[in-house]
Amino acid sequence: MNSILFLPILPEIFLTIISMFLLILGVFNKGENAYTLVSNLSIISLLITLFFVISGMIPQGLSFGSSLISDDFSIFLKALILTASIAILIVSNIYLKDIRLLKFEYIILILISVIGMMIMVSSNDLITLYLSIELQSLPLYVLASIRNKSLKSTESGLKYFVLGALSSCILLYGLSLIYGYTGSIYYSDMAANIQVSDIGVLVGLAFALAGFAFKISAVPFHMWTPDVYEGSPTTITAFFAIAPKIAALGLIARILITGLPSLIEDWRSILILLSIFSMLLGAFSAIGQSNIKRLLAYSSISHMGFALMGIANGSIEGIRSLCLYLLIYLVMSLAIFISIIALKKENEHVEEINQLSGLSKTNPIMAIILSILLFSLAGIPPLAGFFAKFYVLYAAINAELYYLAIFGVVSSVISAFYYLRIIKIMYFDDSSITFDPISKRLKLLIYTLSAITLLFFIKPSLFLNMADIAASSLFI
Amino acid sequence: MNWPILSTLILVPLTGCLTIIFINSADDIGKRNIKLVALYASIVNFLISTILWLNFDKLTSEFQFVERYEWLSENITYYLGVDGISIFLIILTTFLMPFCILTSWNSIRDKIKEYMIAFLVLETLMIGVFSALDLVVFYLFFEACLIPMFLIIGVWGGVRRVYATFKFFLYTLSGSVLMLIAIIYIYITTGTTDIVVLDLYVFDYSIQTWLWLAFFISFAVKIPMFPVHTWLPDAHVEAPTAGSVILAGVLLKMGGYGLLRFSIPLFPIASHLFMDFVFILSVVAIIYTSFIAIAQEDIKKLIAYSSVAHMGFVTMGIFTFTEQGIQGGIFQMISHGLISSALFLSVGVVYDRLHTREISVYGGVVRKMPIYASFFLIFTMANIGLPGTSGFVGEFLTLIGAFKLNIYVAIFATTGVILSAVYALWLYKRVFLGQIVNNNLNALEDVTRRELLILVPFIILIIFFGVYPNMIIELTTESSLNLINNYNHSIEQYQSFLITQDIQ
Repeated sequence: MNSILFLPILPEIFLTIISMFLLILGVFNKGENAYTLVSNLSIISLLITLFFVISGMIPQGLSFGSSLISDDFSIFLKALILTASIAILIVSNIYLKDIRLLKFEYIILILISVIGMMIMVSSNDLITLYLSIELQSLPLYVLASIRNKSLKSTESGLKYFVLGALSSCILLYGLSLIYGYTGSIYYSDMAANIQVSDIGVLVGLAFALAGFAFKISAVPFHMWTPDVYEGSPTTITAFFAIAPKIAALGLIARILITGLPSLIEDWRSILILLSIFSMLLGAFSAIGQSNIKRLLAYSSISHMGFALMGIANGSIEGIRSLCLYLLIYLVMSLAIFISIIALKKENEHVEEINQLSGLSKTNPIMAIILSILLFSLAGIPPLAGFFAKFYVLYAAINAELYYLAIFGVVSSVISAFYYLRIIKIMYFDDSSITFDPISKRLKLLIYTLSAITLLFFIKPSLFLNMADIAASSLFI
Repeated sequence: MNWPILSTLILVPLTGCLTIIFINSADDIGKRNIKLVALYASIVNFLISTILWLNFDKLTSEFQFVERYEWLSENITYYLGVDGISIFLIILTTFLMPFCILTSWNSIRDKIKEYMIAFLVLETLMIGVFSALDLVVFYLFFEACLIPMFLIIGVWGGVRRVYATFKFFLYTLSGSVLMLIAIIYIYITTGTTDIVVLDLYVFDYSIQTWLWLAFFISFAVKIPMFPVHTWLPDAHVEAPTAGSVILAGVLLKMGGYGLLRFSIPLFPIASHLFMDFVFILSVVAIIYTSFIAIAQEDIKKLIAYSSVAHMGFVTMGIFTFTEQGIQGGIFQMISHGLISSALFLSVGVVYDRLHTREISVYGGVVRKMPIYASFFLIFTMANIGLPGTSGFVGEFLTLIGAFKLNIYVAIFATTGVILSAVYALWLYKRVFLGQIVNNNLNALEDVTRRELLILVPFIILIIFFGVYPNMIIELTTESSLNLINNYNHSIEQYQSFLITQDIQ
């Protein structure tokens, strides 16, 4: 075996070594000191990884036989995952200090999970797929319950673990059926060997999709989401809402399009149902929420429905719209989660939506930024969220899935209602809390992300081209 | 002239916004500066738009002052231009904006910075709507208008502002999302969203009706037509005076403009097939909302319902597809933009003094405010459509168009003119004439210099356009004729298509 074959996954190898090294380093230092050291070093190594991933210095292609693949699609998604985790680590520094939870293990767990996600988007066979999902999930179970003195956090960790384990079983069962009926674990061989008439492979597909749907919290496998989001520390919630979703959607897109292309009619109909239910349930359930993290949980369910709409086409336009959607979703959700973390009063963070009332008086800049983000999440032009939805709808209509597009716009009108409700509370109600000033680092992050959201329309081709390149690599 | 004048019009208010953001609004001087910057920006914009008027070539129906830059993709470009249909709507927008800022001078005290930013952003977006020649760009501006308007009603509105602004936002949003799907469909089937190219494209006859409906729902909510008009009275009552002015003066016109610019040229056959449907809705709107207006207890609500009725004349005129009807529709939009704005501004004058719009609170105002009462009389007469005011010309032309086509529609619509006299004159009687009914009225003072400055230009224009409507009509002629010719041409093709089908 040639040593060149290791190069495509050099970033993952690098991060693995770093995370082990940091684990040892953390053990030999004490308390806060260990945390600061590990945190800074991991941010730096993630930045280095990000640089190598996007610089194009790492050769593309297959490695470890054809178990792993590195192409423009995986590079695009890895860049998103790394960006999200870097931002979340930076925010965690401030947040964990507030809630007195400076454990360096937190950082290591995030790092390991990120490695899992990067392998997820690169996985090119069923074994790697399963192992990477597990590598990604196990640290997340621990992270959800990292506040082990809080009842809610423990509950959310346990719930997540039990349901996650169940979904893994289902997924594994489905994958083994697919393997049994196609005779191969490699996507390319699966695509070649598949017999469309085999009922076994269809059952396998259905089970596998159920397992995947759990990971992206698509309806009806979404039950865990609101509880886990509410119970976990907010930084972890932000991490949950963004990074694993991107990785899982990338993985779903790859296995369905390169591994099971001849079953498109079958998986399309499943994805359409998942998409419609997620969009509608996400939109309706969020209306009654008073906790902002629960609300965002439902909103993310709804957004996953939209993203699934992109995959459901199975066309290059669909994947392009998926890539763009994930990018914009990343920017908007990061910004909104960081804003929630930034708004605090003597280490008490915002939990209830009502605590935001009258924000426009006490902190007009944050109120404007939050409204921009919320309007963008609602998909009102000319903000970035509109373009995300525009391209997804474009792909759906291009595939003549008109009713799917109609469900999409209807649910976006419904979800506009609860986004508006938050804006109403910020602007029309009287003020209750004056928040502490926001630290410079958080401000910088929030301003940058919301500037991207606001000014996206000036040069959309910037991001569109990236999505284009990423999507086309999946169809070679 | 190669100077990108339309982009300048779009960018000047935005520049004003950027300046305002950096002004400290904590003290009175800062607040004053904010208002001045907003006022200057809007006046400069109005002056620029008059250049547009002066350089407009009225002998062609082609788009003028065209600008085109690459944007979303090869075929979705940032494409602007004006013709006879849109030029006056742009000028109306820039004309109304300084008055909106002037009328808010003292009445808005809270969050003045955000208020002015919202208005200037709104101006940018409205000009964008009227000058966009690309469907996606148009949709972008059209939808984005919701954001500032949502905030204007919600933050600076009256008691039930939350209800009103949610209703406004959700009604308009649900109306227009279907248009988005239709736009994407058009892009996929034709490969372009450029209206000039699309005007020549003949859509499949069976799909035209669906596309037409998707566009129509969105415009019908905006106009608003019966039965989706119910958001308008609420929005008007709760909005601050300037918000009502923009809502009645410009935002409603987007619907009528959309029909003229998109529905008819792109889907002529469907427009033809739905003609009677639109007539029925228009006539119902004219008669039904006039009756509702009679029963109103709130001055603003009354004017809001009368707006629905007057916009009914616009849709009726447009769908006659006659020269008079379409020109009348355009004229009526401009004239209604002036008259309803003037009425809302006038209501704002007394509202600023007594903080109520209940009709029963007023009575005998003429004894305390004679100048104001005479102004209001002129606006009332214009609203009724008295000859010599611009209101007459629009209604008359649309009615001629209707008579040519369908005498029943015309007869029913004409009763609307009588009904408008009933509610408008009765309103005048109850508010201005008779005895002074309560003590608060004794403290009323007549119009101030600022208010005179606001109201007098409207009187001049309303009478001027009433006496010399040619000013507007000569500019709109070519574009309307072009619209009608294309429409007739498509109908002929369609009829010959039907005949060949029959033979087969």
